[in-house]
Amino acid sequence: MRKFLEGSHAVAEAVKRCKPGVISAYPITPQTHIVERIANFVANGELNAQFINVESEHSAASVVLGAEACGVRAFTATSSQGLILMSEVLFNIAGLRLPLVLVCANRALSAPINIWNDHQDAVALRDSGWIMVFAENNQEVHDLIYQAYKVGENPKVMLPVMVNMDGYILTHGMEPVDIPDQALVDKFLPPYNPPYKLDVDNPLSLGLLGDPTVYLETRYALQKTLEEIKDLIPKVGEEFKQLFGRKGLEFVEGYKIEDADSVILAMGSVCGTVKDFVDKKREEGEKIGLLRIIVYRPFPKKIIYELLKEKERLFILEKAISLGMEGPLYTEVKSLFNKPSPKMYGFIAGLGGRDITFNTLEEMLKVGKDKEVSCYFLDVDHSLLKDEFYV
Amino acid sequence: MFGPLAAKPGSSKENKTGSWRTLRKPKFLQKNCIGCGLCKLICPEGCIIGEGKNTYINDELYCKGCGLCSYICPKKDIEMVPERK
Amino acid sequence: MKEVKIFARAGQGAITTAAILGEALFYQGLYAYAFPHFGAARMGAPMNAFLRFDTQPVRNRSQIYNSDYIIVIEPTLVITQNCFSGLKKGGIAIVAKRENTVLDSPKDVKLVALYAEKIAMEVIGRPFSNTVLLGAFAKATGEVELENILKAVEKRFLGKPEVLKKSLEAVKRGYQAVTE
Repeated sequence: MRKFLEGSHAVAEAVKRCKPGVISAYPITPQTHIVERIANFVANGELNAQFINVESEHSAASVVLGAEACGVRAFTATSSQGLILMSEVLFNIAGLRLPLVLVCANRALSAPINIWNDHQDAVALRDSGWIMVFAENNQEVHDLIYQAYKVGENPKVMLPVMVNMDGYILTHGMEPVDIPDQALVDKFLPPYNPPYKLDVDNPLSLGLLGDPTVYLETRYALQKTLEEIKDLIPKVGEEFKQLFGRKGLEFVEGYKIEDADSVILAMGSVCGTVKDFVDKKREEGEKIGLLRIIVYRPFPKKIIYELLKEKERLFILEKAISLGMEGPLYTEVKSLFNKPSPKMYGFIAGLGGRDITFNTLEEMLKVGKDKEVSCYFLDVDHSLLKDEFYV
Repeated sequence: MFGPLAAKPGSSKENKTGSWRTLRKPKFLQKNCIGCGLCKLICPEGCIIGEGKNTYINDELYCKGCGLCSYICPKKDIEMVPERK
Repeated sequence: MKEVKIFARAGQGAITTAAILGEALFYQGLYAYAFPHFGAARMGAPMNAFLRFDTQPVRNRSQIYNSDYIIVIEPTLVITQNCFSGLKKGGIAIVAKRENTVLDSPKDVKLVALYAEKIAMEVIGRPFSNTVLLGAFAKATGEVELENILKAVEKRFLGKPEVLKKSLEAVKRGYQAVTE
């Protein structure tokens, strides 16, 4: 059934259909509407689950860790500072091989305090062992929830998945969303049946000390699993497509890249704007395309390399930065190519909710004409940078 | 290892910590014992058994010879004695 | 693709207006993307809501700077927020005016001004002029059928039959108030 929904409610509808047994979350803008709606579902009996109120994100993550360890499908959502407060537990969830699904409403990190969208929160946790996906629109984020559980709960994977959606732009933006019948979801996503769980009838200890004789192997196993997912993800995407009749999970989405000389790389909702921009530039005669990275971890190295090795120029547009270095995506894409490689340009834009418009993208292409840049900030208002501190 | 680090119950039974013992071991004199049970409670291996006065004894398969039972005994009824090899 | 920008003070229902309009266009078989001016709004502060709609899925996520239509719920914002400046040539402005409102609209836009607040007071009994303006939008622009607006309003106020009845009436009165 198609509905006109804001992204937060599209997430809640998907979560309801996945039938989690435990939901725990702490409210933080712009994630709040997601858990508010889920709490409604639980309160009015539409979703048979425990909604556990907690006093912080650290506790919320700990609650869902416990639930998953007991073999119960669980869900949480957070944003920004909340994700960072959770981070200690998030590394544990990956290390304990618990297939939780978390929705992160991407938002900038303090200081200065800022509630608007960028990708710094999620990108800061890219080394945590989580599978990370970035959605472009409300339909995609809705569909990704089902596929996230399906991928993560595969007995050969058993890893948590972070589904990223841009704060406000998607969480508070309303769009038509196609919502599948429960029966279809049940067919796609069987009940959670983990190979191991905490169970009084069949006792087991989880969370043991991993001394130097075994810790390294646990990390090796995480890395191996993430590498091997490469075959599973397209399979799950294909199965989704067959059942639901919509585009399923893929590592990347190419938009008009086949004959392009220049390709813009980006993640998340800004890719919609970039697609319109690509169409405009194509009308003006520029051979340009977009490569949208959907799965950020595991990073699709080979796929990106194969698609882009012959291109002349790559524009990497990021809403996050590894301070003191450059945009992390730029670093990662650059590492894929030996000489001769495409010319690469790294751009930082849209931090803290700065609107990314066609003008921003025009500036990006213009800068790329003159020189190779690794970390160029777009839309900087230099008049603000004159004094020692801004008052 | 392609799962979490996990353990089934009972794994500590397989680890015979008695082999760690060096030089000395407790000797339960069973003379002035008042049956307070402190030795049983403090034993880090849980390898002391007994119920009532002058009944306590250690399981040498697991006793590490740490000497805590001897230290805690209010009646000085547990002596640490050289290990006979 | 058409773009709509809504001007209001926080609390006057700019987001609701965009949401209802988006839903109505959705019933019409169009793709719409309705979004608020992101931020922490305080009651009374000037704020915007936006709407894009098209026969194709809407992809552009940037804010709206040049719109085809504007809806001004709060007339005092016409000057302070420079509402007309971002309106395209040939665009339509739907403005809730008051007795003393001065409207110097540019020559190349169509101005549709109505006493929406007065109508709202008559129908609803409270100065919520946004539903009145939705009716006016339907008539003035011809982009959306009145019945789809009514259907969207119905869905919005499903749980509040009293409000719903009055709101539906307010939409119709707004529709009738536009005569040209």
